[in-house]
Amino acid sequence: MIDAESVVKSFGPRTILRGVDLRVETGETLAIIGGSGCGKSTFLKCVIGLHRPDSGTILVDGVDVTRLKTEADIADYRRRFGYLFQEGALFDSMTVWENITFGLRYLTDIPSGKYRRIASECLALVGLKDIEDFKPAELSGGMKKRVALARAIAAQPSYILYDEPTTGLDPIMSDVISDLILDLQQQLKITAIVVTHDMKSAYKVASRMAMFHEGTVRQVAHPDIIRISTDPYVRQFVDGLSQGPIKMKLKEFEAEGSSLAHGKN
Amino acid sequence: MIGDILGTFGRRVLSASEETGQFALLLRSTLGWMVGARIEWRQTMIQVVRIGIESSPVTSMTAFFTGMVLALQTGASSKHFFNEPLFVGTVVSFALVMELAPVMTAIVVAGRAGAAIAAEIGTMKVTEQIDALYTLGTDPVRYLVIPRFIAFMIVLPLLTVISDFTGIAGGYLVAHAKYGIPATVFWHDIVNNMEVRHFIHGFLKTFVFAAIVSMVSCFKGVTTRGGAEGVGKATTSAVVISMVLVLVLDYFATAVLNAFGIT
Repeated sequence: MIDAESVVKSFGPRTILRGVDLRVETGETLAIIGGSGCGKSTFLKCVIGLHRPDSGTILVDGVDVTRLKTEADIADYRRRFGYLFQEGALFDSMTVWENITFGLRYLTDIPSGKYRRIASECLALVGLKDIEDFKPAELSGGMKKRVALARAIAAQPSYILYDEPTTGLDPIMSDVISDLILDLQQQLKITAIVVTHDMKSAYKVASRMAMFHEGTVRQVAHPDIIRISTDPYVRQFVDGLSQGPIKMKLKEFEAEGSSLAHGKN
Repeated sequence: MIGDILGTFGRRVLSASEETGQFALLLRSTLGWMVGARIEWRQTMIQVVRIGIESSPVTSMTAFFTGMVLALQTGASSKHFFNEPLFVGTVVSFALVMELAPVMTAIVVAGRAGAAIAAEIGTMKVTEQIDALYTLGTDPVRYLVIPRFIAFMIVLPLLTVISDFTGIAGGYLVAHAKYGIPATVFWHDIVNNMEVRHFIHGFLKTFVFAAIVSMVSCFKGVTTRGGAEGVGKATTSAVVISMVLVLVLDYFATAVLNAFGIT
């Protein structure tokens, strides 16, 4: 179980997370939705320990990542996670199978003689085969995402964090990735957080959904409740409307920009 | 107006201080990992081969022509003053072994391999591959920085020794072809005047240069921000800072070595 309480994170003068409270139950898939820059990916990186929150706690199976001090403790904590990066983040200089098995050397005691077979098994789980010796540059966008997913599951993590898994893919490939997330959840019983803008994918994969807005959690509910939410921010986002409270921020910015342009400050 | 100038100056000072602090932390982390952890020898050997093979033709050619021009100038000057080309071998060998070969090799390697390192690590940073290393259970300092640091420590001294020889060979070529100096005279000019400590003087400096070029290149890579533009800036910055620091530290290293009598 992941239990975040009052998580605050700033980068210089910009506060990205303003007290996030969120719980992810074991075995569920929580989809985090929200506009660009609302803190979704930052929260994900706080959960895996890539960013250290300024305040608040994030408990994962009772371990508080915000209190881990040594590199060894943090590395040990990260063993339980797989992470799918937005662009895949595959290592350019390595082949597909080397990418998939990279973490096994550091995260597990599996002998290196078994790596090649494990890579093929992970590729099969994401619907790919016979590309073990390809370099990432030789793969399409969808294949890269699937290889990155294979890498994320290779060390058999308890949790997978997906950072915008369908961004940049065509609708069919987006659906394929959503199916994969569902399949993995059902086959491997992995607890997952999916950060996404893609409402179709979010409805498909999520057990629950959380709407982020300006670094806070606006609503957490079952997808069917989110679908008919009366919260104006959630309503505007799920309907994909340009008019609504989220638009107000842009108008404020424009107004500020125009007053600055006229030297009124 | 004055407030703006002071503000800009203050921000630059703060930024430079922050960067210096980050560099010191990276250096501490690198040395800490080297003492306390398993070293990635496979990665290190890949870097040794890459840096050595990439750089050796350029460093050798640079040293060869530097030796040639040194012989040309020395011969011309001594002919002007003494009516014959005296001590060409001595001047060429001393200048190359103690100063020019270490400095020029470091500068060429900074431009060749240092730039490549900053660009490679910078690209990894902006495409989240560095974050991926963390999530896959390893530390980028251990996996990326230390192998390059050790590789530089191995390769730069070797390249410098090769440059010593190719530079002297270039000098001999001109001394013989232009001034008719026989090989025995040129060689005796060298062995009669040069001692092991002169070679050690230049050789020890290469370790200082190796440390600075590798660390600056890696630092600029891991602190890259933005996209392709950021990678370009980091690469340029890595090369410029490395070259300037090599020249600055050359003075201080020479002063320290002289103080210890290694001169």
